[in-house]
Amino acid sequence: MSGMPEPGVGAGEPVAEWAGDEPLVFELSVDLWGGPREVEPGVPVEPLERLLPGVGLRTTPAPIPAVPEPVLARHLGRLARRNHNLHQGIYPLGSCTMKYNPAVNEQLAGLSGFADLHPDQDADDVQGALQLMWELERLLCEITGMARISLQPAAGAHGEWTGLRMIQAYHAARGDTARTRVLIPDSAHGTNPASAALAGLEVVTVRSNSDGTVDVADLGGRLDSSVAAVMMTNPNTLGVFEKDILEIARIAHEAGSLLYYDGANLNALVGLARPGDMGFDVVHLNLHKTFSTPHGGGGPGSGPVGVAPALVDFLPVPTVERTGDRFLLDHDRPRSIGKVRAHYGNFGMLVRAYAYIRSYGSTISQVAQDAVLNARYLQARLALLFPMAVPSDSMHEFVATTRGCRVSELRAIDVAKRLLDYGVYAPTAYFPTTVPEALMFEPTETESKRSLDLLADICAAIVAEAERDLEHVRSAPHLTPVSRVDEVEAARRPVLRWRPEA
Amino acid sequence: MAYLPNGAAERQQMLDAIGAASVEDLFASVPARLRHPRLNLPPPLAEQDLVAELERLAARNHPLGELDSFLGAGVYRRYVPAIVRAAVARPEFYTAYTPYQAEASQGTLQTIFEFQSMICGLTGLEVANASLYDGASAAAEAAMMAVAQTGRRRVVAAADLNPETLSVIRTYARGRKVEVVTTDGVGDAVGPEDACAVVAQPGFLGTVDDPLPVAEAARAAGAVSICCADPIACALLVPPGELGFDIAVGDGQPLGIPPSFGGPHLGFMAVRQELMRRMPGRLVGQTHDHHGRRAYALTLQAREQHIRREKATSNICTNHALTALAATVYMARMGAGGMRRVAEVSVQRAHHLAKRLTGLEGIGLAEPDRPYLWEFAIRVPGDAEVFAAALRREGIVAGLPLGRVDPRRGDQLLVCCTETTSAASIDRYVAAAARIAEPAGVGA
Repeated sequence: MSGMPEPGVGAGEPVAEWAGDEPLVFELSVDLWGGPREVEPGVPVEPLERLLPGVGLRTTPAPIPAVPEPVLARHLGRLARRNHNLHQGIYPLGSCTMKYNPAVNEQLAGLSGFADLHPDQDADDVQGALQLMWELERLLCEITGMARISLQPAAGAHGEWTGLRMIQAYHAARGDTARTRVLIPDSAHGTNPASAALAGLEVVTVRSNSDGTVDVADLGGRLDSSVAAVMMTNPNTLGVFEKDILEIARIAHEAGSLLYYDGANLNALVGLARPGDMGFDVVHLNLHKTFSTPHGGGGPGSGPVGVAPALVDFLPVPTVERTGDRFLLDHDRPRSIGKVRAHYGNFGMLVRAYAYIRSYGSTISQVAQDAVLNARYLQARLALLFPMAVPSDSMHEFVATTRGCRVSELRAIDVAKRLLDYGVYAPTAYFPTTVPEALMFEPTETESKRSLDLLADICAAIVAEAERDLEHVRSAPHLTPVSRVDEVEAARRPVLRWRPEA
Repeated sequence: MAYLPNGAAERQQMLDAIGAASVEDLFASVPARLRHPRLNLPPPLAEQDLVAELERLAARNHPLGELDSFLGAGVYRRYVPAIVRAAVARPEFYTAYTPYQAEASQGTLQTIFEFQSMICGLTGLEVANASLYDGASAAAEAAMMAVAQTGRRRVVAAADLNPETLSVIRTYARGRKVEVVTTDGVGDAVGPEDACAVVAQPGFLGTVDDPLPVAEAARAAGAVSICCADPIACALLVPPGELGFDIAVGDGQPLGIPPSFGGPHLGFMAVRQELMRRMPGRLVGQTHDHHGRRAYALTLQAREQHIRREKATSNICTNHALTALAATVYMARMGAGGMRRVAEVSVQRAHHLAKRLTGLEGIGLAEPDRPYLWEFAIRVPGDAEVFAAALRREGIVAGLPLGRVDPRRGDQLLVCCTETTSAASIDRYVAAAARIAEPAGVGA
């Protein structure tokens, strides 16, 4: 590749070994036939052609080279240095709840008694795993105020779709087949309308007030016998608690609709208030947000979905049941919506979430209290720099905007990119889409005051710098392994895989 | 407190800065009657007590490593090279978020780009995404893609798809009011009314049929052809893309991911170029930074839910990046050659076991005329559940009793060997089966 700084000795300044272009594995090895020593078969060997008569075998190997382990280890080490991560600094992504992932949970999920279990083993061989799932369901029911919970969905969006499928099944079972629409606030996560569409439902958008909460009059005007569900996030994506939630629940139910809770923001309320008590009928949780399972660079997550008593029959199969001291999987649920994935859930994530909840136990509301306190403190400090999107008191996250700050040309993306130079991550930018130049901060409860002060100081330094030298901010980042990445080029001429050079 | 860094002094300083009298004041917008419900939660645990508690639960299980296991059925116990675990245990990878800020996420982005490239190479197709949840939901997403692509509302699926996959396709289809039919002859059944033809390579019973006619019949009918492929099999067999399939999906669990009681595993999907913009999920593209240096970024996001909302190709957001990293490291360590040897050892051991088991009185192959890789169905004397239970008492998990998924196969077991199934383990299986298969042993 031309124009790339080579590591090591060159004409100009030295380039650290890890800071130069990192070759792809395909450039580190061309060995398509070798690879590590494999175990001997240990049984009499016959020619494959005889064992697999008429089966088409590859004549050329897949273009995947075996990389010698020492070379591969260093490749991974260098790539690791190119990732911001929670062990390096704050990750204040709004709506993402990037809290610390407890080390002990990784250790526990790796126990062979959990990781080395096959989903088709007899129930007698997996009693501990089933017990853990049964107990986790009870803990999450207690925290959400729901009757039962399925641990199966693999992520939040998967939970949304599962929940909507149950809502459809509930209405259908009552012969109420005309409910084909879902009401969703304009500030909602994009997954809400996408999940509704995947379930075959029509999306109707509900307006927000200037204080960021749902316009109850607008909602009420749209509620009729065609509405299957109202999907809400509470606190909403602006971090504002929907103060009219009890009224919304009342009018939704009066119109025969069910009320769906997107649990993306449960960290504001965990242990302190329950969606079930607010009147929600279906609730999904993101274990990779509120319950500390790691994000893994984009999953695996886990999106359990809970229901009120009237929807229990429609839960995905199987459910985990207890009879006496024995736990078992119940596949015989005739009104179930069916299977939403293979097997029983992202079990490894369930182990971590269970451990997390047990570590806090009855003190878990302290999580919500510190999450809100941290966010409000950071907001108080940043309010000196940026206007806030709405005047209302926010909870665990808040949305600021660069529009109207001291430097009129400063954009959200400039602040976001310059933050990376300081070794901290950017807040969520340009979401919710209802706010121009939005910067959505969610520090979480696991940040120290010192860390929050540092982030606020950095933001102040960036605004001050923009007053002096806007161009330097707008061309950020300067200190990351690569400078601003050309995403337009990436989309215009998609290069989605390595190919050997012609 | 477990993971809370601030103490009373910091909390007070922060309250003072906010201008609030108490933390309770920060929750004033929550109606008072909703606040502080009485929760029946256990007391908090010290880390040491927590470890003891979970170790106690783990000890109530019997992991495969303690047993001679011949279970497969879509989830395989394959050897995981140590460097795979070392990579996914790095906090730089496992604590990172979806790589929205490309400049601070090149590590994750490059590994996903490598993953996409390897999946393309393995399947013989042109575009692969960054991962999906599992093989079953990947197949369902592929079927829904075909519905969107063709505007047709019927899915023709092979009866020998993994039952988990088939039932997930049905759940996805039901929501969209799409019909699903199953048949033993997909190639003959697929017609101009159908959105897609779905087959598996190998099938649920481990068998490999020639899938070429299915791909051809689907093309002739204007339907999308979908192959559910085992990734290790793709290193041995002519891959789906070369056979003419439009989409390959599967579960990447055999590529360095532990069984973990069924999850998290790894869905993958690869498609022909023409289907690129209909793909669900994340895609990473190679591009440049402003200094002309090679760099990577999430791309073609106009397909995705956070941009297109209800018009998105799928609702997927969080996917399975970390298990995709495990698969990437596994494939880079093994290479095409290493994966092929894994496949070959598995085939040799399975065929050896099959030969010895079917040499016993009363045991035979259930599908004697179809070639198979490392998994095969046997008929046993009497009820396969009883047979398996008898073997289990000797520390052997004999396979999956097929009556659990198909009542007509109550006397059959699905038996699997991999490179982790030792020759000694095979000997123990055969010896125990010989004792139990004796008519007196089973009592059948």
